[in-house]
Amino acid sequence: MKEHPFVIPFTIGLTFVILYTVVMWTIWVVRLTRREKKIIWKRLLTVKTLRGIWETIREGLFHRNIFKKNVILGFMHMSLAFGWFMLIVLGNLEARLYPHGLINPPYYPIFFEFFRHDLSPLREYEEIFTFLMDFFLLLVISGIGIAFFKRYKSKVMGMHRTTKHILIDRIALTSLWLIFPFRILAESVTAGLYNTGHFFTNFLGQQVIYGLPLDQLYYPSWWAYSIALGSFFVALPFSRYMHIPTEILLIFLRKYGVREKDSHSSYTNVELNACSRCGICIDSCHLSTDLGISDTQPTYFIRDLRYSKPSERLRETCMLCMRCLKACPVGIEITQIRKNERSEHQLFSPTSYSYLNGYAYPKAKVAFFAGCMGHLTPNIIKSTLLLLDAAGIDYTFIDRNGSICCGRPLQLNGEVDAAKQLIDKNNRLIYETGANCLVTTCPICASEFKKNYHMSIPIYHHSQYLWELTNQGRLVFNQSNLNVAYHDPCELSRGLGVVDEPRKLLKSAVVLTENSNQTKQNSLCCGGSLAITNTSAFQKSTIAASTVLQLANNTTDLIATACPLCKKTLAAAQNDVPVQDISEIMVKALMDSRKASLSEAKVKMASPKLEVVEEYK
Amino acid sequence: MLKKVAVIGGGVAGLEAARQLAALGYQTTVYEKNDHAGGHTSEWDRLFPNRRPAVEVVDTLKSQLNGNPAIVLSTPITELLPNGDKFTLKTSNKSFEADAVLIATGFELFQAERKEEYGYGIYDNVITSAELEKMFTEHGTPLMRNGEKPKRVAFVHCVGSRDEKVNHLYCSKVCCVTAVKQAIEAKEAIPEAEIFCLYMDLRMFGPGYEELYKEAQQKGINFIRGRLSEASELDGGRLLIKTEDTLASRPLKMSVDMLVLMVGMTPAEGTSKLIYNLGLKPNADGFIGVSDYHLKPSETGIRGVYTAGACSGPNNITDSINSARSAVVEIHRYLSVKEP
Repeated sequence: MKEHPFVIPFTIGLTFVILYTVVMWTIWVVRLTRREKKIIWKRLLTVKTLRGIWETIREGLFHRNIFKKNVILGFMHMSLAFGWFMLIVLGNLEARLYPHGLINPPYYPIFFEFFRHDLSPLREYEEIFTFLMDFFLLLVISGIGIAFFKRYKSKVMGMHRTTKHILIDRIALTSLWLIFPFRILAESVTAGLYNTGHFFTNFLGQQVIYGLPLDQLYYPSWWAYSIALGSFFVALPFSRYMHIPTEILLIFLRKYGVREKDSHSSYTNVELNACSRCGICIDSCHLSTDLGISDTQPTYFIRDLRYSKPSERLRETCMLCMRCLKACPVGIEITQIRKNERSEHQLFSPTSYSYLNGYAYPKAKVAFFAGCMGHLTPNIIKSTLLLLDAAGIDYTFIDRNGSICCGRPLQLNGEVDAAKQLIDKNNRLIYETGANCLVTTCPICASEFKKNYHMSIPIYHHSQYLWELTNQGRLVFNQSNLNVAYHDPCELSRGLGVVDEPRKLLKSAVVLTENSNQTKQNSLCCGGSLAITNTSAFQKSTIAASTVLQLANNTTDLIATACPLCKKTLAAAQNDVPVQDISEIMVKALMDSRKASLSEAKVKMASPKLEVVEEYK
Repeated sequence: MLKKVAVIGGGVAGLEAARQLAALGYQTTVYEKNDHAGGHTSEWDRLFPNRRPAVEVVDTLKSQLNGNPAIVLSTPITELLPNGDKFTLKTSNKSFEADAVLIATGFELFQAERKEEYGYGIYDNVITSAELEKMFTEHGTPLMRNGEKPKRVAFVHCVGSRDEKVNHLYCSKVCCVTAVKQAIEAKEAIPEAEIFCLYMDLRMFGPGYEELYKEAQQKGINFIRGRLSEASELDGGRLLIKTEDTLASRPLKMSVDMLVLMVGMTPAEGTSKLIYNLGLKPNADGFIGVSDYHLKPSETGIRGVYTAGACSGPNNITDSINSARSAVVEIHRYLSVKEP
């Protein structure tokens, strides 16, 4: 074997990237909390590790999640990752099978064709190795071709927008793209001179470029290949390609049960570095598709948080509707990270909420809680209570005389300390009602109760509760042929995973049609999010109008939803299709089945009395 | 041959324009979708600021026409198409031609159900200003659903106006003074009743309006500067309303027997479809956009098509009459003078 200095750039780069990765992995793992480290130790020798390996192969090499979203995009990622991986594996195998011993320097298998022109010592494996090496090289270069094409014509790939990259990413990207053309060149030149390679490089060398001064190109082409590799490796830790080594760690940590907490942690750093800035989140975002705001999506937010601090605009321009969360192929907990980042910039003081002491809720068995949005949609309250009356439920409308805010709006805006005041107070008041279950018409409240209240009683969204009553036969509806499309509220579907009960409930009275594939966990956003304060009412309406357009078609009589905020926002978009809460549809069907007049129906409601606290004098 | 002018809409603007056009010698036809002319004014009891019966204005306008031009009732024009130098107006089954068109389709009242938090359509004694006018016409007094006279009445200003949440940023102009007028009338009808006006600010821009406001204050009507946040129904049908007294800087909860919602003006349904085939788009508020807000308030941007009245934005009767006359001058210039 003849040594040659061209291997130096590659060797330096590889050494650097390996050292960097080892150091970073170590720092991240060491800085995990004691509890996290404990659960990792406990689970290290369990099936979770095997699952981690499987997911690494599935997502790291084959990119199944991207495939599921977009076949071409999936192929692009797969061909690059899997193709390159196979080149490395096969290169190592053939270098080790070569009859000169198993130990060799790291650059040796990478530049094997430079060092060995005669592969006949591989005997019967020669043919298959040379074939496979050419095959995977072709696979990789096809991926690069698509990637190159995508940069300039992302729409053809089914991506309306792709990430705008910063300098270091462009350097790394350029190096990456150059690696394989240079490799093909180096191997083709070698094939032209020494008749190596197989159907691809041999063909190129012997048939296409044989007229060139190959012996003069020989060393420069291997140098170019090595330099491209070296510069990619040196740029990698500082660029988006750090996701390659980091994603593996992320997958394992997640498998062991590590999650985002309520403030940034070492795990957050792993997540930040695991973002490949693929930009899939951009197209999932209503702000981009409906309002043309395409520079605040997670790809940018996560990037800026990784390098320093995202700007206020970047931090705040998000509805926290969680669509990107479902779209992210890496599974980064984007929404929680953004909330945590917001919580580092709190404006309100907990003392702003000292006025809360005047409140009390009455005693209850089944506590009905309308919340602030419920009070702004009295027809939802009325409809739900009429249904509860009809089912013979002994409920108490605990916040009839006004409620303490559930705390969700503050939570979403990062005001966790102020929110805690509301949560603690409200939680105690609800506890003191002695209720054995809580029903609310508001998914925002329900979500907050479930996630941050840690209550011992079951919490039902009214769509769940009414479905249960229907299922028990306590509510009977008139079946009509009203054609209804259902809009999943984000806090209910993505937030709480409640997607089936509202559908079953609706089906017991109307014809439910799914006109869009953007439903359930992928549901569209109404635009009325409480988590964003820097969009105008008109921008919200624009989002709502676009959502209605996708949900309804010309046979849709009615859009049903199950959230007072969604109802109000979608209705404000002023479209031809009326929007109603699920309770309003159901109460109509109930009255129809009883041949009773809805407008004459009165809610029973013996207690509590609505009190006039202070009359105007 | 006489040139034909079509006036779409037989409200005050349409009627006034038709009279003037006929006087100038044009063969004019008014197409009215309802079975009677006079538009919203014909639904009203008395008019601000002098509380003159609305029927007087409508009858005067109608009698001045005296059969020429003709008013074609129950004829909703749904399509307006350019047709060479002329225009074609279509209903679902008929079609008319005209050399020039005046769009005077007016406005519609804001649908109070859209402010669900105010409880219209949910609670018995939440009514709109238009419904109160009907009560004045029929009974001379506000009446609750149970037939009794209310003891406490609150008027809510700006319902569907100046409200981003319903996408209406504009002011409907006439509701402030209407609320003041109706408050006085309610007080006169039920002297022992307490009357409240919940306002953002009072836009008393016309002659006699400020005087009317002063009269209301002198008659003991309470003006609370604060927007209604929500209403709920107390047991027994009274209403609990929540607002903020922004002058006293304190939240306010009070009970009333009746809530009157001062519904604003919204673009008439169908107007945007009507102008669509001409290539015209509504303005940001949804009304017909005029060529130049200051200098060409009657022109639409299409020669031969003009606009008058509240279809280009909220107007009171006086302004509608003025805009009708302004449009007539433009139509006359278009049809009789060669160069613009």
